[in-house]
Amino acid sequence: MRALPVGLDALLIELDSPQETAALHAELLRLRAASRLPPVREIVPAARTVLLDGLDDPRGLARELVGRRVPPLPPTAGEVITIPVRYDGEDLSTVAALWGVREEEVAHIHSAAHYRVAFGGFAPGFGYLTGLGEQYHVPRRAVPRTAVPAGSIALAGAYTGIYPRSSPGGWQLIGSTDAVLWDPGREPAALFAPGARVRFVIAGGREPADGSDADGSDADGSADTEGAAGR
Amino acid sequence: MTLTVVHAGLLTTVQDLGRPGHAHLGVPRSGALDRPAHRLANLLVGNPAEAATLETTVLGCAVRVHRAVVAAVTGAPCAVRVDGRPAAWGAPVRLAAGSLLEVGAATCGVRSYLAFSGGIGAETVLGSRSTDLLSGLGPAPLARSDRLPLGGERLRPPAEADVVPWPAPPRRLVLPLVLGPRDDWFTAAAVTTLARCDYRVSTASNRIGLRLGGPPLERLVERELPSEGMVLGAVQVPPNGRPVVFLADHPTTGGYPVIGVVPAAALPAAAQAPAGTPVRFVPQRAG
Repeated sequence: MRALPVGLDALLIELDSPQETAALHAELLRLRAASRLPPVREIVPAARTVLLDGLDDPRGLARELVGRRVPPLPPTAGEVITIPVRYDGEDLSTVAALWGVREEEVAHIHSAAHYRVAFGGFAPGFGYLTGLGEQYHVPRRAVPRTAVPAGSIALAGAYTGIYPRSSPGGWQLIGSTDAVLWDPGREPAALFAPGARVRFVIAGGREPADGSDADGSDADGSADTEGAAGR
Repeated sequence: MTLTVVHAGLLTTVQDLGRPGHAHLGVPRSGALDRPAHRLANLLVGNPAEAATLETTVLGCAVRVHRAVVAAVTGAPCAVRVDGRPAAWGAPVRLAAGSLLEVGAATCGVRSYLAFSGGIGAETVLGSRSTDLLSGLGPAPLARSDRLPLGGERLRPPAEADVVPWPAPPRRLVLPLVLGPRDDWFTAAAVTTLARCDYRVSTASNRIGLRLGGPPLERLVERELPSEGMVLGAVQVPPNGRPVVFLADHPTTGGYPVIGVVPAAALPAAAQAPAGTPVRFVPQRAG
């Protein structure tokens, strides 16, 4: 763990792995909830860092945090959000080719993995989801699309993401969902917050091929998924 | 209870103190770029600092009010007219119902602030009425014939200042720069370049960032930087080597290295620097 000063009142804590980053983020949220963290305006996890912004004494906190033993994150920490997906994305054949599988298998492989919202940042409600095996990491498209429809499920590098609204984007599109990722009129506005766990299920009622989560853990508050029936 | 936009100018938005605390969800802080000017405008009409004002860009705007209000214009100096007659800039102006308030083009600086007693009553998103151009939160930028509600309450009597001390917008911008967190991704020559060379505010600047023209900054570390959290005032260096000073609508995470951070106190001047303004950085080590 390394603490880098950022301006006059922020700290960037750099870690060695995504797992350590997730663990430190969870620990910081726990300390803040227990009023054991000095006042802080923002706690922003990212790929290998956690930013703490709006601190009175960043150097003091840096001394306190560095060298602190952070308990590893239990794999079951965080609520589970279920997203029904139509695996009908425009880049499905490209992704199938990159994975060396038939197109139909993309849905089964993608929906079998257990995901976690590692961080946000591209747009309100966008989450960078980790969990897909390394052999399934794919590059971005050489030429980004000028408009990716809202609800598109997309892959890039180690991440899966869902576009909360129509925007330009260079990720590989594998499917779509009717889940509402961002609704300022809802509390909370973002369906995905860093730390949440996510399962993708094939829309139309079929459960993931590996039969995991057979308890049908749909009761997770993803209430915006009505009308997600298959094509 | 409303005002009508008669002339929206180049870009006029509703701004308050923004929506901090949601960066982890990808929500920019947003809010008035020249916060002292926003606060002063509110003070002059008796509003609390968090009341929403209108932020203009270079060309001013004109609005008709449909009830009697006190208004004040601060920020970039400009001609102010009420029903065609000259009125005070930087002072409370009493408007009768039906009056037309015209805010002229900035004579220097970029952004003027219009406060109305009771504040602009647009709908709040995550506790703020600010227009956020990056993510599209908050009210859309003003357009001709738009009607905006005015808040009904006046919370304290307007300040009747005899003199409003106000720094003139800069002809030359000198920005302190706290190096880090990724200054070690650049050559030593890059930091020297940043300290010694004149940069210029580019026309591509906006509420997201002050884009600068000038000598490119040379990278030492060429590998890709994993996305990381960014703060207000972060000076990010994209692959073309030209620094961008991030302002209120900045993205909350980014994947290009941040060579240093301009402290928030220096950003109001940056927000008032028009395209072409020379910029110098004064790098310093953190603590």
